[in-house]
Amino acid sequence: MGMAAVESHFHVLAVDDSSFDRKLIEKLLQKSSCQVTTVDSGYKALEFLGIESNDPNALSTSPQEVEVNLIITDYCMPGMTGYDLLKKVKESSAFKNIPVVIMSSENVPARISRCLEEGAEEFFLKPVRMADLNKLKPHMMKTKLNNQKLEEIDKPLNVAAAAAAVEPEIKDSAEVGSKILTLQSELEPKQVHLQVAQQEEQTLGNNNKRKSMEEGLSTDRSRPRFECITTAV
Amino acid sequence: MLGLGVDRLQADINRLLTSLFHQGVLDEQFLQLQQLQDETSPTFVYDVINIYFDESEKLLRSLRLLLMDREFSDYKKIGLHLNQLVGSSSSIGARRVRNVCVAFRSASELNNRPGCLRGLEIVEHEYHYLKNMMHELFQLEQQRLLAAGVRYPM
Repeated sequence: MGMAAVESHFHVLAVDDSSFDRKLIEKLLQKSSCQVTTVDSGYKALEFLGIESNDPNALSTSPQEVEVNLIITDYCMPGMTGYDLLKKVKESSAFKNIPVVIMSSENVPARISRCLEEGAEEFFLKPVRMADLNKLKPHMMKTKLNNQKLEEIDKPLNVAAAAAAVEPEIKDSAEVGSKILTLQSELEPKQVHLQVAQQEEQTLGNNNKRKSMEEGLSTDRSRPRFECITTAV
Repeated sequence: MLGLGVDRLQADINRLLTSLFHQGVLDEQFLQLQQLQDETSPTFVYDVINIYFDESEKLLRSLRLLLMDREFSDYKKIGLHLNQLVGSSSSIGARRVRNVCVAFRSASELNNRPGCLRGLEIVEHEYHYLKNMMHELFQLEQQRLLAAGVRYPM
């Protein structure tokens, strides 16, 4: 699978039962310089990740060493919906930190809030556009940074050398310990910055979502749809 | 005179597209599709639209069969088919087809059979109009590429 070569490229797992939509989302993601794996069901997505599903037809292979930076899934799918998939991912200890994005062609406010409450990072109305995908970069960066941070802590020599660069002369192991903690907290601000950026994006996103929710409420309930017949003819 | 041929064809393409946007047959989502086409997928728009045609025709055939059945009652199935059509039509920027599908869907939600039959007729009409326009567009595009001397795997 060539894991070592993938440094600055994000790997996205796209889930949609429509082959048409899969082709579109794949192209959009490729244009955003992402590596893409597409599957046509929630079950296959879980299989790919290595989470056990209750599907008797699922292959019982051992979990793959796959780094997925984001899962983007359609909501309406037969069998396992995007919401079900979201829940399963968030329930899994290994994968709950992978950001999940839901797509839907229906603007249903209750559906949107349910997904966001369950932990979805974003909810996109189809057709998804490049502008929507640009919102995802911060989310994917977060998982990348988390993974990198874990790697750095695993290598004490590098940490000590970096710590030495931060402050002069480490005297004993207790100091090294505290230096590691300092480094960790130095990494945090970066994360916080991303989170702030994320929050800003999310607020914007939330505003858009709220807008679409309100639109959804007004178009679905009060405005009759029969007007479309007259304009078409 | 190759250069002149290309320019004229490009002008024809632009005129056709402008007209389609003006009529509301296409919307800006179609432009989004065009922007996705590049050297790595030089026939992206053509491929995607052909997938759309295949899927849509299957759905339309199925809808017609359902409604022609005198003992028809499965409005839910009609709704599901239409959801797909609405979704895929939006995705390629086929605004008018999408809108008439939404109207058709409203009739199905009211279990209104004559309304559904009428809705289907209108959708079929709009769909075929779109298909003809797309064929014309692709033909012009093909001619333009030939005039420009480009080799094109189709």
